[in-house]
Amino acid sequence: MRFYAFCLGLLIAIGAQAEVFEQTLSNGLKVIVKEDRRAPVVVQQIWYRAGSMDEMTGVTGVAHVLEHMMFKGTKEVPVGEFSRRIAAAGGRENAFTSYDYTAYFQQLHKSQLELAMQLEADRMHNLRLSDEEFAKEIRVVMEERRWRTDDDARALLDERLMATAYQEHPYRNPIVGWMNDLKNMTADDARLWYQTWYAPNNATLVIAGDVDAKQVFALARKYYGRIRAGKLPARKHYEEPAQLGIKRIVVKAPAELPHLVMAYHAPTLRDAEKDWQPYALSVLAGVLDGNDSARLNKSLVRERQVATSIGAGYANTSRGPTMFSLEATPAAGTSVEALEAAIREQLQMIVRDGVSEEELRRVRAQVTAAEVYKLDSLFYQAMQIGQIESIGLSQHDLPVILRKLQAVTAEQVQAVARDILRDDQLTVAVLDPQPLAAEKPQQGGHAHAH
Amino acid sequence: MRTKLIPFVLLCGFAAGAFATPQIQHWQAASGARVYFVQDHNLPMLDVAVSFPAGSAYDKADKNGVAGLTHGLLDLGVQGMNEDDIARKLADVGARIASSFDADRSAVTLRTLSSAAERDVALDILARVLQKPLFPQEVLVREKTRLIASLREAETKPEFLSEKAFGKAVFGSHPYGWQSEVADIEKIQRDDLQAFFRSHYGAQDAVVALMGDVTRQQAEAIAQQLTAQLPRSGSVTSLPAVVGLQTGYEQRIPHPASQSHILIGAPGIARNDPDYFPLYVGNYILGGGGFVSRLMNEVREKRGMAYSVYSYFMPMQQPGAFQIGLQTKNEQVDEALQVVRATVRDFVAKGVTDAELRAAKQNIIGGFPLRIDSNRKILEYLSVIGFYNLPLTYLDDFQARVEQVNVRSVNDAFRRRINPDAMATVIVGGQGAAK
Repeated sequence: MRFYAFCLGLLIAIGAQAEVFEQTLSNGLKVIVKEDRRAPVVVQQIWYRAGSMDEMTGVTGVAHVLEHMMFKGTKEVPVGEFSRRIAAAGGRENAFTSYDYTAYFQQLHKSQLELAMQLEADRMHNLRLSDEEFAKEIRVVMEERRWRTDDDARALLDERLMATAYQEHPYRNPIVGWMNDLKNMTADDARLWYQTWYAPNNATLVIAGDVDAKQVFALARKYYGRIRAGKLPARKHYEEPAQLGIKRIVVKAPAELPHLVMAYHAPTLRDAEKDWQPYALSVLAGVLDGNDSARLNKSLVRERQVATSIGAGYANTSRGPTMFSLEATPAAGTSVEALEAAIREQLQMIVRDGVSEEELRRVRAQVTAAEVYKLDSLFYQAMQIGQIESIGLSQHDLPVILRKLQAVTAEQVQAVARDILRDDQLTVAVLDPQPLAAEKPQQGGHAHAH
Repeated sequence: MRTKLIPFVLLCGFAAGAFATPQIQHWQAASGARVYFVQDHNLPMLDVAVSFPAGSAYDKADKNGVAGLTHGLLDLGVQGMNEDDIARKLADVGARIASSFDADRSAVTLRTLSSAAERDVALDILARVLQKPLFPQEVLVREKTRLIASLREAETKPEFLSEKAFGKAVFGSHPYGWQSEVADIEKIQRDDLQAFFRSHYGAQDAVVALMGDVTRQQAEAIAQQLTAQLPRSGSVTSLPAVVGLQTGYEQRIPHPASQSHILIGAPGIARNDPDYFPLYVGNYILGGGGFVSRLMNEVREKRGMAYSVYSYFMPMQQPGAFQIGLQTKNEQVDEALQVVRATVRDFVAKGVTDAELRAAKQNIIGGFPLRIDSNRKILEYLSVIGFYNLPLTYLDDFQARVEQVNVRSVNDAFRRRINPDAMATVIVGGQGAAK
């Protein structure tokens, strides 16, 4: 059923997350419910605060491998049954692993929520990790790595960039894991991971949709409430040692065009009320790349035509440190060096001359509209809550973040560009394209033996 | 992610009785365009999509790529605004123009806030993009260069190479199998785009879908505003018929990647095919049902041979592809091929079980609400219903049509329509030579 519910004047109330409810069970599980009655559907997401950044040397990729193993059966629900029951209930399901967390989700008709909660709670503490299933699934994960990274030149470039930019922080390791670690991984590695991190006091449950919060809390107590809290190990604190000068790498892989990535170490949001740099960096990314006529695309792709594509990226919320990055593909006839110089020139213009009020207004208008558009996706709204909770902030920070983003000044954007976009903080990665077949001549001025 | 998103077929309906279905209002604008509208004031926003039969299949054999460039240049310069004005003014009101393009359909979509100040600006721009594009010469030159660069890049990627070879193998000389080459793009001139626009973007063929926070009266005015000044062209000529495969075919293309990309298939079904429902439900069991499909079970769950394996029918104006796909490391290609082929053979020869069919119907019918739980999804259904001339009651009938499918109709349809001995196989990877 659809109702006349909002008009534009009430947007602030929507932004303020008025219909979000929160409770923490006695075993430490935080339950957050967002009531949204637009459609008779519900999404359940469970977020474990254990991602690839919690892995140790030699077992990289185990967080993601465990994610796969979570579908391999429990004492009561045999292998394959989880997916079969969700499918028979008309549901969709999947999971994802990041540097910071691992999350599982189901989307269903609202009448099927209890089934999803029962199954999800069951595998939080009853997983059977058999050697046979592990032996098959680790092969699937290696295929995933080949598909996702090994055979994708730009993904390889990103992987090696992270491994170069970070010296100590575990963000240097890929989420999917290094192939050698996958080859040597055992079922015991996965078991240890599960025993260490899968506990109600290390998780956030987010349920959004056409539900009644009180009933959801009752169901949460019924199914998740009986799981015992775990004894979580102390978290390691990582402090990336200061970078002492520019870093440059080259990655050779099959491709036609070179590709350039420039990534600067940058601060992430720790105190939503007091910090200002992360907001200024978000606005800076919008000024550079927020629409097709934003600075980078307009000047480098459309006018000077030194790039065929270009983008700026910055994510302001993460458990660990973050980077402000730029990436571009040079146009034919433009060298990677010339493209890098052209990008630096654009950044220097902001450091020198700042940004205009018109550009700021434009970014603000887009942020405001995006707040409305996000209401069209229940899944995304739940994601936003789960993500912010899992990286150490709170869903109560979401409206603060929105307000602070809207309040960024031109002076702050200029100041943050000056402070953060410095060579000593920069890693540059270049894809050196290799021909597909060995017999094809080398390209791009390399010496060629006759 | 545990799996990549498996393409699912965009053709579904509303579970009658399960919950209220959006009420579709339909009329013909004075311009001649057909309009499909769902009024919904729940969120202060409006989604619009305007579709034309101007996809890549409407290219001429010697002018391959014109349709795509015409579509791509629509919002890169219009009467009274250059490309930067368009992008800036849209951003100033928080509106977004996006587009979608396939072999049949060329579409432009707009998402905007519904408050008058924002909406009016956004709709004015969309109206010009659709009706007054200028195709500026200097923009065309630049976009051709970019397109050629991206084509050359794509030619090194196994995904692209396999799709291209598969299209040729399945569709032969039919335009569904065409892929632009660099030489085709180089030949394209501004006149070609203007001529294609005049002949393929007529109001008679336009389908306008509107979803969101406007009244019927406003929707009528918007539909007219967006189409009244479209070119006066006769109806677009229909696409040629697709010819089925008579024999099996296998092509191996060497590639340095560690995995081989395998595609297997044949021409499948058109949008209006009477076998659509048995084949759709049956394919859920074969390879459309994600983790519970037979292909997933045999290839991934039992043997750990691939991360993703799927099958689908792509119903189009003319029969689109029935396609099976997977990636596996080069060393086990032949073994994986054997498993996939045996699974398909067994499926066609022995058919599905009662239990499998029940589970498939439960998922498709029970999961129906998820397919229409957002304005964006409803907008896409409005466009599909309009573009393919599906009856307005089509969505309400959907549940019953799925419910009517039985073991016999699935098995019968697959036996008649899928011949495992007459399928094309393309393998990109390894050092294999053509067989």
